[in-house]
Amino acid sequence: MSNQKKVDSKEAFNLEYTVSPVASSVNPIIYNQELCIGCNRCAQVCQCDILFPSKEKGRHPIVMYPGECYYCGACVMVCPNPGAITLKHPLMNRAKFVPVK
Amino acid sequence: MNRSEYKWPYANESGMEEMVQSDVLVLGGGLSGCFAAIAAARKGLSVAIVEKGAIEKSGSAGTGFDHWESACTNPCSGVTAKEIAEAYVREQDWYSNGIAHYIECREGYDRLLDLESFGGKVRDTEDEFVGAEFRDENTKLMFAYDYKNKFTIRVWGSTFKPALYRELKKLGVKIYERTEATGLLVSSDSGGTVRGAGAMGMNVRTGKFYVFRAKSTVLAMSRPARVWLFDPDLTGLCEFRPMQSIGSGHAMGWRAGLEFTMMEKTVRAEFSAAGRSFPPYGAGNNHNTWYAATMVDARGVEIPYVDRDGRELKTVSERYYPAPGQKFFLKGGVIDNPKYEYRGPETLEFDELIKRGYQLPFYADLSRMPESERKVIWGMMIGEEAKTKIPIYQNYTDRGFDPSKHMLQSYGTGWQSANFLEQERQFFGAPGGVMHDWDLKTNVDGIYACGDQLYASDCAGFACATGYYAGRKASDYAKTVGLAEINSQDVQAEKERLYAPLYVRSEEGITWKELNSAISKAMQNYCGGVKCDSLLLEGLDLLKSFEKDIVPSLYAENPHDLMRTHEVMDILTVAQIVLHASLARKSSSQPLCFMRSDYPEIDPACDRKHIVLRQEDGKPVTREVPLDFFGDLEEEYEKRNQRYIREEAVHHE
Ligand SMILES: Cc1cc2nc3c(=O)[nH]c(=O)nc-3n(C[C@H](O)[C@H](O)[C@H](O)COP(=O)(O)OP(=O)(O)OC[C@H]3O[C@@H](n4cnc5c(N)ncnc54)[C@H](O)[C@@H]3O)c2cc1C
Ligand code: SF4
Ligand code: SF4
Repeated sequence: MSNQKKVDSKEAFNLEYTVSPVASSVNPIIYNQELCIGCNRCAQVCQCDILFPSKEKGRHPIVMYPGECYYCGACVMVCPNPGAITLKHPLMNRAKFVPVK
Repeated sequence: MNRSEYKWPYANESGMEEMVQSDVLVLGGGLSGCFAAIAAARKGLSVAIVEKGAIEKSGSAGTGFDHWESACTNPCSGVTAKEIAEAYVREQDWYSNGIAHYIECREGYDRLLDLESFGGKVRDTEDEFVGAEFRDENTKLMFAYDYKNKFTIRVWGSTFKPALYRELKKLGVKIYERTEATGLLVSSDSGGTVRGAGAMGMNVRTGKFYVFRAKSTVLAMSRPARVWLFDPDLTGLCEFRPMQSIGSGHAMGWRAGLEFTMMEKTVRAEFSAAGRSFPPYGAGNNHNTWYAATMVDARGVEIPYVDRDGRELKTVSERYYPAPGQKFFLKGGVIDNPKYEYRGPETLEFDELIKRGYQLPFYADLSRMPESERKVIWGMMIGEEAKTKIPIYQNYTDRGFDPSKHMLQSYGTGWQSANFLEQERQFFGAPGGVMHDWDLKTNVDGIYACGDQLYASDCAGFACATGYYAGRKASDYAKTVGLAEINSQDVQAEKERLYAPLYVRSEEGITWKELNSAISKAMQNYCGGVKCDSLLLEGLDLLKSFEKDIVPSLYAENPHDLMRTHEVMDILTVAQIVLHASLARKSSSQPLCFMRSDYPEIDPACDRKHIVLRQEDGKPVTREVPLDFFGDLEEEYEKRNQRYIREEAVHHE
């Protein structure tokens, strides 16, 4: 494509990346800081790469891109401390069950 | 949190470049890619694998799967590979991948044994289901669907990806994770023959640029998505397959001149938990993972199962056996409404139920089933199936669901709990993809493909078997050639293309979400349920204008965003492949779910063929291939795989 901008590698190297949590109507991942040891295993396996390590050692990761969650549960599966991380479906996706007749 | 509080946590390596060399390069680290790499490494070649996510949990089967289909060579099987592969071909009216299905039926069980040797769980070693009708007491294998013929195996798929990851490391495969492949490298020799030379890519955390040179390349990047279905808020839920897989393998293949077929085939969407459906396997139903759950209506009246002749089945057990006079039946991922010959037990049709006074909503009621069937559906299958261990099993249990006490609601009129419009389409049920020969080689020498990236692809066993096979053939080829030359201009152009969105100012830029929304709206408008030339051309015109006017304005602030932006650029390419493929077929077709208002004739004999499509000098070029181009499946396979049969295949008495 002719209208792409020329990339100078020196210029590229000086680029600063910025990031901040992107708002979404949902909170798919909920951390419990009481239980989380900040090991970042959850961030390591998330295939969508939506969990970012915290700047502070020992603190839970940040859910940077909640809308990109695939709701696979991999992050919960690898967590060494049950309860430190919870996956929550959007309200509209909570199927109903009733006592058998 | 504001911008100044959180800094990008990974190194900034934009503009840095690394060159990697290997004999075999595998793009995509899902089931098929892992097996391709393993096959090549076992042959003693050097292998590099490139995966956008983290292999331990990436791909469609990242968190598991529960059915292993077409294990025709397992010791309990009552069917042959030839029988089942040919049945699939007939069931899909020859718009089927005969070659890949045969490989699956013939070698799939060998791959399952591989997985077991890597530490995956494939049989009931803990004796949880002793005495169950679906369990073989000698081998401890557990079967699904057809208990007489025993060719679908229930597996603990959540153990598989971690096992494959360990094996790759053990074999010394060079692993590049969090790295997206973005473009193929091809080179042409003095005679003008084109061959694969490797690929390029970018680390999605650091922005580092990679050039992967290799003697042969295997494409294993799954299939397209988000072409019609897009939700800027719940993007990760738009599609059935993972967010990461949007058909970039198709897009880079198109740019490199690879051939595709059946790209005109799309179905009315079946899954999109961003709107019209529920989390997969999370609503009451009796298909797939839930087969053959007892269903009841709103009053609690049981819904009858019938065999293919309409005979009502009295017991739960009968739901798992062929009808009188029927050898076997087909069920599974792509089997929707099978022909009489292959039709298995099913609940009475919806219209008939309503006529008889059954009342909505329906529910799945496992409490009425024998304990072993209840436990295997809720606890094993729901638990091992992708996206069920935490999202369904744990979440519903935490909410108080007990399958012996509760019944789970089904939504809408069908079993899918989905309610899509005709123009909301999806690549589902064996869609189009890369065209290939008996070596799973594409039309370009040195480039192979496997798994969901192949046309009319299917399931996990299919992915593992074709991955291994493609890896084997790519290795054979790599042994005969040196590294191909690469063109530094191609590399420079790719680098510029990849980084360009970082240089657009946010105030002036367009985000990937805005473009994805526009593409999916365009595709719903111009390439929906019913198609015609003038609308398709209008669609192409609009998408071309996006490419020219909008792509240069795409804006990204970091490598993650850049990855999403590249994805949408690829979706834009895939959408154009679909439009070209649709324009090329001048009739309607039932098996391709392809309806034309300007060419309404359905499946005329002259059009029962593959219309194979590729790009040359920026223009689509087609050729025709007979639907039975693969020949006699068993004969052709055996011609080419004697060494495998002698040295690697598992032989049973
Ligand atoms: C919810 C669900 C349930 C399923 N259940 C079953 C079942 O029970 N039984 C069954 O047989 N089948 C099942 N399937 C289908 C089966 O999982 C897939 O067919 C199979 O995993 C496909 O394997 P693959 O290697 O082709 O693709 P995948 O396993 O999806 O792997 C593709 C990989 O490519 C990577 N990738 C994509 N683009 C790039 C790029 N540009 N660069 C680098 N890497 C890239 C992705 O991150 C991904 O890891 C299910 C699928 C889903 C989604
Ligand atoms: S559920 Fe899956 S996609 Fe969502 S944060 Fe966890 S690992 Fe990532
Ligand atoms: S894996 Fe668990 S303990 Fe580790 S950071 Fe994530 S939530 Fe915390």
